[in-house]
Formats: sequence, structure tokens, C-alpha cells
Amino acid sequence: MVAAAAREIRDGELVFVGMRLPMIAFALAKRTHAPRATGLFENGIIRDTPVATLLYTMGDPPNLFKATFCGDMISVMSLLQQGRVNVGFLGAAEVDRFGNLNTTWGRRNGQAVRLPGSGGACDIACLSQRTVVILAHDPQRLVARVGHITSPGNGDGGPWRLAQGLPARSGPSAIITTMGVLRFGEGGEAFLASIHAGISVDEVLSKTGWPLRVAEDLEVTPEPSEGELSVIREIDPNHFWTKT
Amino acid sequence: MTGAAPSKLISMRQAIAEHVPSASSILMGAELEQMIPFSAGHEMIRQGRRDLTLVGPISDILFDQMIGAGCVARVMAAWVGNASSGVGYCFRRAVEKAIPNAIETVDYTNFTMAMALHAAALGVPFLPTYAALGSDLLKSNVNLREFTSPVNEDRLIAVRALHPDVAIVPVQRADTFGNSHLWGNLGVAIDGARASRKVIVVAEEIVPPDVIASDPNRTLIPGFLVAAVVHEPWGAHPAPVQGYYGRDHAFFAEYHEQSRKLEDFERWLDHWVLKVPSRADYLKQLGDNRVGALKVHEHALSAPADFGF
Repeated sequence: MVAAAAREIRDGELVFVGMRLPMIAFALAKRTHAPRATGLFENGIIRDTPVATLLYTMGDPPNLFKATFCGDMISVMSLLQQGRVNVGFLGAAEVDRFGNLNTTWGRRNGQAVRLPGSGGACDIACLSQRTVVILAHDPQRLVARVGHITSPGNGDGGPWRLAQGLPARSGPSAIITTMGVLRFGEGGEAFLASIHAGISVDEVLSKTGWPLRVAEDLEVTPEPSEGELSVIREIDPNHFWTKT
Repeated sequence: MTGAAPSKLISMRQAIAEHVPSASSILMGAELEQMIPFSAGHEMIRQGRRDLTLVGPISDILFDQMIGAGCVARVMAAWVGNASSGVGYCFRRAVEKAIPNAIETVDYTNFTMAMALHAAALGVPFLPTYAALGSDLLKSNVNLREFTSPVNEDRLIAVRALHPDVAIVPVQRADTFGNSHLWGNLGVAIDGARASRKVIVVAEEIVPPDVIASDPNRTLIPGFLVAAVVHEPWGAHPAPVQGYYGRDHAFFAEYHEQSRKLEDFERWLDHWVLKVPSRADYLKQLGDNRVGALKVHEHALSAPADFGF
């Protein structure tokens, strides 16, 4: 999952890096195929070099050490609003068929559960050219319709984003799960573009909370290379973030 | 010394007693995961503050602790939880079950919170942004309102200026007048200090004014904005202060486990806050080994900047 996420970063891009797995995906991309990617962190950090150690939060001291830039939140997040940021990475509690994210109100055993909220996720989802979501593949998480749109994807499909006033060059690009990679087609709906090795399409469909469309040219996600795996193991040796 | 600026150096206890009454709105966690003013929050808990409005982009577990201690009526934030472990259990109990009391939540995004403080720092009533268009946050937060741009017909959000009563800003070093050097990721600290009616600076070190004047680019809070200066080494623990100490990840994980159940949280609060009269006592309780392990082991000084002429 982390390797698939890292591959969404192209060399030379400006990348908005969210908390948790995105931090490892960015570090992995930097050390493999995208050495010239630049990482932007909403707390005010810009990095051209990957951090060698595991980050628990983006404000951990190693993320400031030898950073390219340290400043305030507006100096970094304004780059998003200008449309300069190529890709933003997010985790989520729930994502729906149109790529809308919910991190505000979850549901557990029929009861409403208050989650931490947007952080910078809504800003990134509104303003990045491409938004990539990373989460575990579970029918409780991939739902037909999120109960609360914390961070907008394609709303209810079609020209919804433009109607809201969101930038033309923005929106959800991929959902990377523990089972496969979903992309967005005509009408703004997610479809299964690739499945991870050893996973069947039926398994994916049974774990998705809506009748998921499957690409005619469905691919198998390339497995992480030895090189990628060794970088992941080096960054997260105790599997704090990469449990699988 | 004639003409010397008056000292504003007071203890944390005195700073909270004088400047942070119940029902205040308080900006904390302005530097995000770095430099969170835990010792200030703990002093508010000990002094029994009630009906506070907590303001901040994210606050890690400090807001959770203050909510659990019953100090809080309202939270205006982008994110409330435990940055390395996930949810905040006290926040959940308060919102879902009104334990220990019901709280109002006003949900922001990080950028709209930054814009709200920036507007106040600029002295204007609002600032426009495209962020949060299409989000359900607009349904519940009346400080984010859609409007049409008067110059190009774009739809935008007007983010209302936010003026907290007090900003509590940890810094690496300050002089006794409050001129403050801080570095690292700054979050919303600079705007937050200007947006707030009062500023309490919590300094790791107190330095002579000529140290501050040696590097004016690093003076990010001018002393005339500051109401009180508190010298409180390790005041941000378990959050890190760049150049002084690291993040105590284990402390956050322990809090996560020990705040899951109400009775465990009450024990945690007793042990780490209520029975600990001062930050010096807190450090003793933390122990030399833990403090030693968090100290900076390899300093990385920046190249000096030449202000000569």
C-alpha cells in the first residue's frame, strides 16, 4: 500500500504530505523514483531531502533538521491555494464512491463517534491538483455515501466541484487501499483500476460499501520491489505505521 | 540601567492567575506538534478554570486533557486528538456523552484557522479563501460563510477574524520584556500573537536584550505585544522544542492507553497534573533517565548571519 502510494508521486513534483502513512510514502518516493520531489508540511516545513528516521508527527525534530524551509502555515498552505501543489496525500476514516472524505463523525456499532476533524485534510482535498487517499480496505470505511463531508471529493458526481467553486484543476485522483487502487472516471465515480497480488476482484467487491465498477483493463498492482521494501523496513523497522 | 524596558518575568502560576480568568478564549498549540504549552494548560487545570474556549489548529493531547479536566466549554479547532495515537478519548466523551460536561465544537480546517488569525493580525474583519468550499464544515461553523467575489464572480469563503483573549506561545528564548526568538515550524504562532488581546510567552531560556538584538530576523514576537514572560524550561513536554528536547512519543502512547477509560484518565490527571505543584516537580516525577534521553544529544547550530555595517 505504501509502495503504491509512493508511486503516485512523480519526480520533481510539489507534494503535500499528510500525517501517518503519507509521511512514509513520501520518504519512500524520495529515496527511489522521485528524488527531486519536494515535500510540503502544513506546520510550516518544506523539505527537499528525505528524513532518515521514522516520523510520528510532522513536527518531530528530525523533520526540521536540515529542512529547506521553516516558516508559518500560511507560507506553505498558500502554495496550495495558488494551485502549485501537484499532489496531496490524505488518510481518512471513511471515503465514498465519489471520493469524499469523512474524518469528523464516524459510526461504530450504530453509534456516532466523534473523530478528530479535518486538520489540513479539507484544505488539501479542495486545493491540490491531485488528491490521493490511503486507507485500509473495509466496508465500514469504503461507504456509498459519507455521513459528513469533511474533505470534498467529487460531491455527488458530475460537475459538482466546479459548482461549489473549487478550482478546475483539482480533485481526487486515487484511493489506495490494502486490496487495490481505485481511480476516478467519467462522472467523478471511483472504479477499481488495479488489485494487489493475491487479492480477487470478488473479495474487493465484497469489502466495498457500494457496487464498485471494475476497469476493463484491470491491472495487478506491481509488487513492491526489494529496494522499496528495504527502504520501508529501514524507515519503519518496528512497523509502527506499516503494520502489514 | 536607565531606560531599560520593564521586566514582565513572572511565574506560571502568577501568569495564569493574572491573565487567564475562567471563560477566556485561549490560543494554544499555535506551533502545531512542536512547542505545545502543556505546563500552562496544567496550571489552568490546577487553578480550576471553567468555561474556557480553546482555540488552535491542532493541539495534540493538551486540549483533550483540559476537556477531560472540565475546564472547557467550547473548542474552536481544526483537529482534536492524539497526533501519534489517534482519537482523543476525553474529547469523545465530552462531545458524545457530555462527560464531564457538554462542549460546543466549532470545526475549522488548518488553513481557515490560519486565515482567521491572519485576518485578526491584519486588522480586517475577514479574509477570502477557496479552502472548505463544498465541505460540511460550512453547515456548522458560522465563521465560514460563502460569498461571491466582488472582482471576478468567484465563489469564496469569508473566514471571520478571530481574536483570542490570550495567546500562550512557547519560544526558545526571550528577554524579560518579551522580545522573543523562536525557530522551527511556526504554524500560526506569529499571526496568533498579533491576533490575540494578550500574549503570554513561555521561554526555555531568558537572555539579555543584546542576544535578541543580535538577530532581529528571529525576533518573531516583539515585546510590546507581550503581557507576561514565564521562564519555564521543559514547559512543552511531551511536545518537542527544537534545539532543546525531543518529542516523548512514549508519553503520548501511554496517555492514549490511560485516557481510554474515565477512571484511568482521572488517575492520570491526578498523577501528572493535580498532585504536581510546579513544572520542576513534574520533571522530578518524569525522572532523570527520561529527561536525559529526551535532551538534544547532537546540537546543530545554524551559520551566523552578519548584521555588521
